[in-house]
Amino acid sequence: MYGDNIDTDRIIPGKYTKTLDLSTLAAHVMEDLDPEFSSRFKTGDLIVAGDNFGCGSSREQAPLALKSAGVSLIIARFFARIFFRNAINIGLPVLEVPRHNIQMGDEVYFDLTEGKVMNHTRQEVYRATPLPPVMLNIMQEGGLVPYLKKHKDFII
Amino acid sequence: MINMRPQTIAEKILSQHSGQVLYAGELCVVPVDGAMATDTTAPLAIQAFREMGGERLANPDRFHLIIDHAAPAPNERIANLHRMMRNFAQETGCHFYDIGSGICHQVMVDHHRVRPGEIFMGADSHTPTYGALNALACGVGSTDLAAVMLTGKIWLKVPSSIRVNLHGHRLKEGVSAKDIVLEVVKQLTISGATYQSVEYHGELLHHLSLSDRMVLCNMVAEMGAKTGIVSPEGLKLPYNFEPVFADKEAIYSRTLDIDAGSLVPRIAIPHSPDDVHDVSTYAGTPVSYGFIGTCTNGRLNDLQAAAAILKNKKIPPGVRLVIAPASRQVLLEALKDGTIETLIQAGASIINSGCGPCVGTHDGVPGDGEVVISAANRNFRGRMGNPRSEIYLASPATVAASVLHGKITLPNQSE
Repeated sequence: MYGDNIDTDRIIPGKYTKTLDLSTLAAHVMEDLDPEFSSRFKTGDLIVAGDNFGCGSSREQAPLALKSAGVSLIIARFFARIFFRNAINIGLPVLEVPRHNIQMGDEVYFDLTEGKVMNHTRQEVYRATPLPPVMLNIMQEGGLVPYLKKHKDFII
Repeated sequence: MINMRPQTIAEKILSQHSGQVLYAGELCVVPVDGAMATDTTAPLAIQAFREMGGERLANPDRFHLIIDHAAPAPNERIANLHRMMRNFAQETGCHFYDIGSGICHQVMVDHHRVRPGEIFMGADSHTPTYGALNALACGVGSTDLAAVMLTGKIWLKVPSSIRVNLHGHRLKEGVSAKDIVLEVVKQLTISGATYQSVEYHGELLHHLSLSDRMVLCNMVAEMGAKTGIVSPEGLKLPYNFEPVFADKEAIYSRTLDIDAGSLVPRIAIPHSPDDVHDVSTYAGTPVSYGFIGTCTNGRLNDLQAAAAILKNKKIPPGVRLVIAPASRQVLLEALKDGTIETLIQAGASIINSGCGPCVGTHDGVPGDGEVVISAANRNFRGRMGNPRSEIYLASPATVAASVLHGKITLPNQSE
């Protein structure tokens, strides 16, 4: 769980971004912000943050690093716009959830199509801000590459 | 288009491109007039383009690859990514700008690759800089850019707009466009313009150069904005163009009035670009490293402002100044008029035209505990490559005055 305005330099420092090797990105993800991230984080875990997650650079290496580290979902009150598009384009689920009561260690499930987050630990359901249909479709196809391979064009 | 409700500049440009009348909040697919990627974003974009089945670019004559973020290559890994870009450019016939050409945004403007009323997508967050030219320009990631390369189009949500009125006819001595934009970042905050367009108006525009306008639009990225556009009053270009004005009654989500004429030099303190104060509040803070360059403040007038302060002076021992001219054209102009010689005589280090130390990859990473004063746009922790250093952001004049005294100094008090 993180606070507001987590910038892309904190998610993956610029010095590590010049690579196409996903394991290098995953190895350094969040290291300045949270040195224990790689030892603490388990594949399938989710990240919960406050306002404006992913602000700063357009580097797609930021969501790629998080995806490669096994992040299954990022929840924030709202995201920085380039990060938000990038995450959906590479098939990393992101949901804007203005109100929730998720605490560290809670067991959480989510439904992208419905825009719902289910907290099994607390028996609560939270609503995500609805996505424009084109974004939902890109997310459902697993990203912009499979989306364009299938549709050949944008459908809005 | 009859019976239209009044429109903002962003609504007009998007409507003109989509062929339908659009307003904030609506979705559209629009043709893209120009696009570019750098050595940070191009390799992933090329990879995604191939995965989409791409062979030919939709518009090779309107696609640009620039090597600027780590140029020349500091290691073999990056050298091979540069090689991938050179090969791709040769294969597809797109425009290619090798090391030394300059920072992507300056290169696009120097070479007139973006013009008023156009839509431009750049795989770099400071792409809104071209709003200085009365164009709609957005930063995107690599996969969005790959889709533009393949289809020549992008889907966008029409942004709502924030109107910033710049009042006054002249700035005080020692005050520049950087001080204005730092004030706007402070007022709007780092997320205050998220998903929106920041539209600049006001009588001061008649007195602002293209370079000043680029500064104003460059740092809308630090407000979270999708784009920033300057109304075309006072815009002078070496070619004819059709300006795009906002309608009188256009609807804005918010209006900001800034009395630019009474503004004093501003500084953003570690570690956020919206933590902005008067330079005088932090005057006397010791600094050991100054940096002038970047897509924000690496142009001729920026180097000239620094040279005016450093002329016939010596930067003291224990302090260093790194200067990266924004492009080859800027470097040549600064050589011709003696600016570079003045800066070198004062003890500055001139590095290759490019992003330089701003992205923390090479060319001047600060040491542990060092305090940097920089004319760049971001001071996030670790931005320049070391999370144990501190970065203050200010105008080139404030940076020059500060390195001359080894401590944060107001530009008009540097005698």
